[in-house]
Amino acid sequence: MFIGAIGCEPLQLKRVGLENSRTLDVYRQHGGYEALKKVLDGMSPEDVIGEVKKSALRGRGGAGFPTGMKWSFVPKDSPKPKYVVCNADESEPGTFKDRFLMERDPHMLIEGMLIAAYALGSRTTYIYTRGEYRYLINILDAAIQEAREAGLVGDRIMGTEFSCEVFTHTGAGAYICGEETALLNSLEGLRGHPRMKPPFPAIAGLYGCPTVVNNVETLTAVPDIIKMGGEAYQKLGTQKSGGTKVWSVSGHVNRPGVYELPMGYEDMEKFIMEDCGGMLGGKQLKAVIPGGSSVYIMPATDIVGKKVKMDYEGLVVAGSMVGSGGFIVMDETVDVFESTKNLTEFYKHESCGWCTPCREGTDWLVKVFKRIAKGEGRPEDAQLLLDLCDNIEGKSFCPLGDAAAWPIQSAIKKFPEDFRRHLMPMATRTAEAVAAD
Amino acid sequence: MSQQFTPNNPLPQEAKVPVEMAVFSLDVEAEIDRHLAKYPVKRSAILPLMFIVQRERGGYLDPPGVAYLADRLDVRITDIWEVATFYSMINTEPVGTYHIQVCRTLSCKILGAGKITEQCSTRLGIKPGETTPDGKFSLSEVECLGSCGTAPMLQIGFDFHENLTAEKLDKILDTCERGEYVFTVKG
Ligand SMILES: Cc1cc2nc3c(=O)[nH]c(=O)nc-3n(C[C@H](O)[C@H](O)[C@H](O)COP(=O)(O)O)c2cc1C
Ligand code: SF4
Ligand code: FES
Repeated sequence: MFIGAIGCEPLQLKRVGLENSRTLDVYRQHGGYEALKKVLDGMSPEDVIGEVKKSALRGRGGAGFPTGMKWSFVPKDSPKPKYVVCNADESEPGTFKDRFLMERDPHMLIEGMLIAAYALGSRTTYIYTRGEYRYLINILDAAIQEAREAGLVGDRIMGTEFSCEVFTHTGAGAYICGEETALLNSLEGLRGHPRMKPPFPAIAGLYGCPTVVNNVETLTAVPDIIKMGGEAYQKLGTQKSGGTKVWSVSGHVNRPGVYELPMGYEDMEKFIMEDCGGMLGGKQLKAVIPGGSSVYIMPATDIVGKKVKMDYEGLVVAGSMVGSGGFIVMDETVDVFESTKNLTEFYKHESCGWCTPCREGTDWLVKVFKRIAKGEGRPEDAQLLLDLCDNIEGKSFCPLGDAAAWPIQSAIKKFPEDFRRHLMPMATRTAEAVAAD
Repeated sequence: MSQQFTPNNPLPQEAKVPVEMAVFSLDVEAEIDRHLAKYPVKRSAILPLMFIVQRERGGYLDPPGVAYLADRLDVRITDIWEVATFYSMINTEPVGTYHIQVCRTLSCKILGAGKITEQCSTRLGIKPGETTPDGKFSLSEVECLGSCGTAPMLQIGFDFHENLTAEKLDKILDTCERGEYVFTVKG
């Protein structure tokens, strides 16, 4: 598997190839904790938030919310404790970048969390890691211990007035706990159901206190923003999407892996055909899901020759989204009906059961998909699926419902023939199916 | 996740009210204390503690383990069940020594996850969701585990096995069958 940067100097992936990259020594030899020193040496919390605003850093967890703005929502005068929580739940199918950031460079995350805590006036921070990533929790615990022994975590960090704790926490196998309010419920020891918003976590989050929840990659960007300055970081990317983005590439390419690209990287086609080593076995590209399972599927015709720009704006223009950056490449052998069924089963399994449209809707969707897969597809089933989606999208309590509907809506729209093939009246179907297969 | 409990699908272990409480070694108690110290509210430690209890109690939350958790966290037995039944990694029934969890989600699927599950099924003689009669193996199909770039993959306990082939899988199952499999990630 490839790990590295293309089209820019590696920023997030600067140290991943070094021997013992996860130790404090190597981290420090390569610029580690310099940003924290700079902050504690004379930046005010407002200065830090100002730099993050200038950097045009947008949250890397999926929603792409501007990070500096999110931080500025935390009330400064609140007498309550404030919390910084790192979202390391990474469960969006196709996404594995946070895993390698933490595995190879855990101190970068710790430093990012400390700087965020300083900016927000927090003394206690948690890293919520999905339960299946237990080995990463062990790595993070070891790194936190190392940092504590070096006076970088705990009381009076670097001899200053700033004290802050970093704790790891484990999830236990629930995709919904990646949604920030469900994550907070889970961290409070409850079932992982989402909470009503507003109030947003910045006002009332963990234990009812002001809380910022940020993705791993968002927080690991912070040390570099402080070191080079927000403006310089922004210039690595585009006006509205600053810096670099780490993509997880999987599926039918010769070189899957973790790729750091500048925001606004020109041409998705080149990325697939050259940077990722081209299609596995020289087969034809059929489709790409560029931002994790929840985003719209893109047919090859929307990519080849279209110079699709890989950033928030570019992907919207091209008909999809950056999402979590989980880039799934599919070749001509994939039946989009089957791939959509697979993802729908995922959402059914992960629906938390809190609200009716999503709980019942995803269940019905899977029932229809299964019936069609058994060979009992009816011509009107495409519309039936769309109607079910319509009853979920925008009518569910949290975005998981939308995320279940979008792949189906876009798949039926972009690959009608893959559905049609399964939706023949029984009598005609056998002959046609035989011919098609 | 989110199991529904009906007369046909009753609570695990028929939600028997446990009579005795599990007892743990001083080392384990110290480990539990370290987790409790992280949070201003005890209940926050519920998931970390559940993992410890199921590790110590043969792989699942048995009734004495549940009673212990309720006592240690100052919550009711039903609070423990409420949380335990939400999370797929918390076992409310016994599981095999080697819990083979094959990723079934898209990136793995298009690179042969189906064949991997089939091979496990054939060799172990069980379907996903079942445990072998000798209690050695359980087989599950699970959702994306963040190894999509090294698909297909499976997890045994907390260990990742990636870029699987038929031969590789056979070797892994051989070592398990001989009882020689060594867990690399400590839970
Ligand atoms: C169903 C669902 C799952 C999510 N899963 C994750 C996740 O695994 N990791 C993550 O960072 N954000 C996830 N998010 C987004 C979070 O709710 C939240 O927006 C994010 O953690 C904020 O951090 P950011 O601003 O740094 O992106 C998920 C959202 C939804 C609705
Ligand atoms: S949309 Fe789905 S996941 Fe979100 S609250 Fe409703 S049931 Fe739960
Ligand atoms: S799809 Fe199998 S690990 Fe992600």
